[in-house]
Amino acid sequence: MPEKNNKIITENLNFYYGKFQALKDINIKIGEKKVTAFIGPSGCGKSTFLRTLNRMNDLLGEVRIEGKVLIDDSDIYRSDVDVVTLRKKMGMVFQSPNPFPMSIFENVAYGPKIHGIKNKNTLQEIVEKSLKQAFLWDEVKDDLNKNALSLSGGQQQRLCIARVLAVEPEVLLMDEPTSALDPISTLRIEELIQDLKKEYTIVIVTHNMQQAARISDYTAFFLNGEMVEYDRTENIFTKPKDKRTEDYITGRFG
Amino acid sequence: MKKLNKPCRISQLSDKIAKPLLFGMALTAFSITVLIAFFIFQQGLPVLGEYGIWNILTGKSWRPTEGIYGILPMIAGTFYVTFLALAIGVPFGLATAVFLAELATEKTARIIRPAIELLAGIPSVIYGLFGMVVINEAMRFIEREILAGVLPPEYRWGYSILSGGMVLAIMILPTIINISEDAIRAVPRSYKEGALALGSSHIQTILQVILPSAKSGIISAVILAMGRALGETMALIMVIGNVPMLPRHGILSLFAPAATLTGTIALEMGYAGPEHRAALFMIGVVLFCIIALLNSFAMAATRRGVGK
Amino acid sequence: MLTKPKDRKELLINGFLWAAAFLAVAILVFILGYIILKGMGHVDLEFLTQKPRKMGSEGGIFPIIIGTVYFVFLTILTAAPLGVGTAIYLNEYTREGKITRIIRFGTELLAGIPSIIFGLFGYAFFVVLLHDYTQGWSLVSGALTATCMILPTLVRASEEALKTVPRSYREGSLALGANKWQTIYKVVLPSALPGILTGIILSIGRAICETAALLLTLGGSLLMPESIFHGARTLSMHLYMVAMETGNMDVAFGTGVVLIAIILLINFTANYAIKKLVARNR
Ligand SMILES: Nc1ncnc2c1ncn2[C@@H]1O[C@H](COP(=O)(O)OP(=O)(O)OP(=O)(O)O)[C@@H](O)[C@H]1O
Ligand SMILES: [Mg+2]
Repeated sequence: MPEKNNKIITENLNFYYGKFQALKDINIKIGEKKVTAFIGPSGCGKSTFLRTLNRMNDLLGEVRIEGKVLIDDSDIYRSDVDVVTLRKKMGMVFQSPNPFPMSIFENVAYGPKIHGIKNKNTLQEIVEKSLKQAFLWDEVKDDLNKNALSLSGGQQQRLCIARVLAVEPEVLLMDEPTSALDPISTLRIEELIQDLKKEYTIVIVTHNMQQAARISDYTAFFLNGEMVEYDRTENIFTKPKDKRTEDYITGRFG
Repeated sequence: MKKLNKPCRISQLSDKIAKPLLFGMALTAFSITVLIAFFIFQQGLPVLGEYGIWNILTGKSWRPTEGIYGILPMIAGTFYVTFLALAIGVPFGLATAVFLAELATEKTARIIRPAIELLAGIPSVIYGLFGMVVINEAMRFIEREILAGVLPPEYRWGYSILSGGMVLAIMILPTIINISEDAIRAVPRSYKEGALALGSSHIQTILQVILPSAKSGIISAVILAMGRALGETMALIMVIGNVPMLPRHGILSLFAPAATLTGTIALEMGYAGPEHRAALFMIGVVLFCIIALLNSFAMAATRRGVGK
Repeated sequence: MLTKPKDRKELLINGFLWAAAFLAVAILVFILGYIILKGMGHVDLEFLTQKPRKMGSEGGIFPIIIGTVYFVFLTILTAAPLGVGTAIYLNEYTREGKITRIIRFGTELLAGIPSIIFGLFGYAFFVVLLHDYTQGWSLVSGALTATCMILPTLVRASEEALKTVPRSYREGSLALGANKWQTIYKVVLPSALPGILTGIILSIGRAICETAALLLTLGGSLLMPESIFHGARTLSMHLYMVAMETGNMDVAFGTGVVLIAIILLINFTANYAIKKLVARNR
C-alpha cells in the first residue's frame, strides 16, 4: 500500500443505484503518480467506482452515495465543491473512443476553449503539445482539420487521451480504454500510459489481466461491489492473500 | 494544491440562466393548450348556456341573422363526410400499408413512400381546388345526365357530401398508411414465421396473423385519421356547398350539399356580428369537445394495446 | 408437389393490395399533374412580379408572395426558439417524471386540435385581446397563431434529433469540465442540427399550407404589407379566396402551381437534410 503521497482516498464508500447497492464499503488509498488497476468480473462495480471519483454518477437519476471521497485531502462530495473544476482535474477516458463530431483540432481545443482560453496561438500550442504527448501528432499533424470520426479506433482513443491532457488534469481515469481496440493500438496505448505516469496519477479499469500486470503498480480486485484485495501488482499476481482473488486471476471463474 | 471552489465566469452565468429560461419556454408551450381551451370556452359557453345545449345540438336550422342557432345540420354534415372518408380511405390506406410492409420490394417502396409523404404535405386548398374543378365537375355530370330522374333539383349542382368524402379520403390516406405500416412492421417476426412454417400462405398469414396482431395500431391510425377528417376545413368548404340543411333523401343524400362545423366557422367569422361570433365560438366548443372525446378514445385504445 | 396452388381469392387480394398502393401514387400524380398543367400557362414573370387587380382575379401575385415570405419568416422566428428550447428542456434538463409528462401531454394535445380552433383562439387572443400590441388582423397575429400550431411538430422533431446524439458525446464533454449549457451548446446542438433543421423545414411547409386559421387572424389584405403590423395574405389564402370569391380559376391554378413548386422544394430540402443527418451520424 502506498503510505505517503496519496492522491485519492475513499472512506467507507457505499453507492446505490436506487435500491441496488453497487459499491460496498470501499476503503482505498491511491498513490500519486502511480498506475492503479481495477480488475474484477463484469458487473462488479469497477466503472461505478471510477465514476464516483469525478462525480459522473451525479448525472444519473436515482443514485445515492455514502462515505467520503478525498482528493488531495478534500472531500469532493461537499456541497461547495464545483463539479466543473473537479472534472477538469480528474480527466476521464471512456471505454469506447468518443471523439466529438468535429475536426481533430477542435476536439483537442474543446477543453481549453471551454475553460476560457481564446488566443489562437496558445490553442495551437496546446493542441500540438497534447497530441505529441498522446503519440498522435506525427500521424495527424498534416490534417488537423479532418473530421475526428474518420480516424481509426486506436487513433480516436489516443485523440480522446490528448483531448483530456489538453485541460491539464492531475488524474487520468481510464475505463477499459483498450477494450475496443486491436492489439497493436492497445500496445501503443499501454506505452503511452507508461509514459504518462511520470506526470499523472492514473487509475485504469481493465478486463485484461496481462494488461494490469504489465502496466500497473498497484491492483485492486473487485467482486460484487466489494474490494476484495488491494496490493502491489506483483503481490496480487504472484501471492494473492484471498482465495477469491486467486480463483479469479487463475481464471477459475469470472 | 488547487482548491475545488467555483470560478466565476460568464460561462457559469449562462449555465445558470439556461435552465430557468428553457423551463420558461417549455411552460409557454404547455400553457398555449390551456389558453386555447380557456378562450374558446370563455367566448362560446355563454351562448350554450343561453339557448340550452339540447336546443342547439338538436336544432335543425341555423339562421344566425335571426338569432336561431341550431347546429344539427352541421354536425350531421361533418359526420357524414367523415364516415364516408373513413369508409373509402381506411380499406384503401390499409391495403397500401400492407403492401408497403409486406409485399413491396425496397425499390418499389422507395417510389411509393415519398409519394405518400408528399400527399401529406400538399395544402388543403390544393385538394379543395382539385375537388372543386375535377370531382365536382364529374359529380355534376352524374347528377344531371345519369341520375337526373331520381335526384331532387337541389342535389344537382355537383357540390355534395360524396365529393367531400372523396376529397377527405385522399387527405387522410397518409395518416392511415404511415401509422398502420408502423403497426404492421412492429408485429414480431416470430409470429409471421410461425404461421408460414405451419404452411399458411403469405396472404393468409397477413389476414390471420399479422393484421389481428397489429389491430391496436390500426385502430389508433383510424382514430387519428378521424381526428384529421373532423378538423379539416378548407378542402371541404370548397367542395360541399356549405348549405346547413339536413339531407333527407336516404341514400340519395350522398348527393346532397351540406355544411360542416369547421367550414361554418371559417366562412362566417369574416362578417359575423358580436352575437353571431359568440355562436361561432360555441361551434368551436362543440368541435373541441368532439375532438377531446376522440382523443380519449385513442388514448384508451393505445393503453389497451400496450397492456396486451 | 411444390408448385403454387392457384387460389382465386388470394390472387384477388394480392391484386387489391398492389392496386391500392399504385392508385395512391396515381392520385398524387394526377392531382399535381392536373393543377400544374392547368396553371402552368398562367405563371410567367408578369404573374410573379405584378400587383393583383380586381380582387386578385387579374394581375399578378407579387404582394402575396412577399406576404407569404414575411409570414413564414416571422412564424419560424418565434416558433423555432420556443420549440427547440422546449425540446432541450424536456430532453436535457429533466428526467422522465411528472413535469415532463404534463408538458409533453400538453404539446401532444395541441397536435390534435383542428386548425380552425387555433384560428378562433388567435382571433380572440391575438386579434382582439392583444389588439394594442398586434394591431388586430396582422402578420404578427397570424404568425403567432401559426406558431402555436407548428409548435408540437417542432418540439417532437427536435426531441427526436436530440435523442439521436450519443450519450458518450455528453459524457465526454462533461468529463472535460464543460458545464451543462456548454455541453448542450457546443456538442449536443451541433450534432442534432440536421434533425432540428429538418423539423424546421417541415414546419415551414405546414405554415405555408395553413389557411383556415389565417382567414381569422391574418386579415387577407391584397396590398403589399408595409410592416409586420399590417394585414397580409398567403398563397394558400389567395388561392382559396380567388377560387371561391372571384371564380377566376386561371389565377387560382397559377397560384396553385407556385404553391406546389414551393412544397416540392421544401420536401426535397427536408429529405436532403435527413440524408445529411444519416451520413454524419454514421
Ligand atoms: N445506471 C445504472 N442503473 C442501475 N444499475 C446500474 C447502472 N449502471 C450500472 N448498474 C449496475 O451496477 C453494477 C455495477 O456496474 P458497473 O458498470 O460498475 O460494473 P463493471 O464492473 O464496470 O462491469 P463491466 O466490466 O461489465 O464494465 C452492475 O450490477 C450494474 O448492473
Ligand atoms: Mg464497466
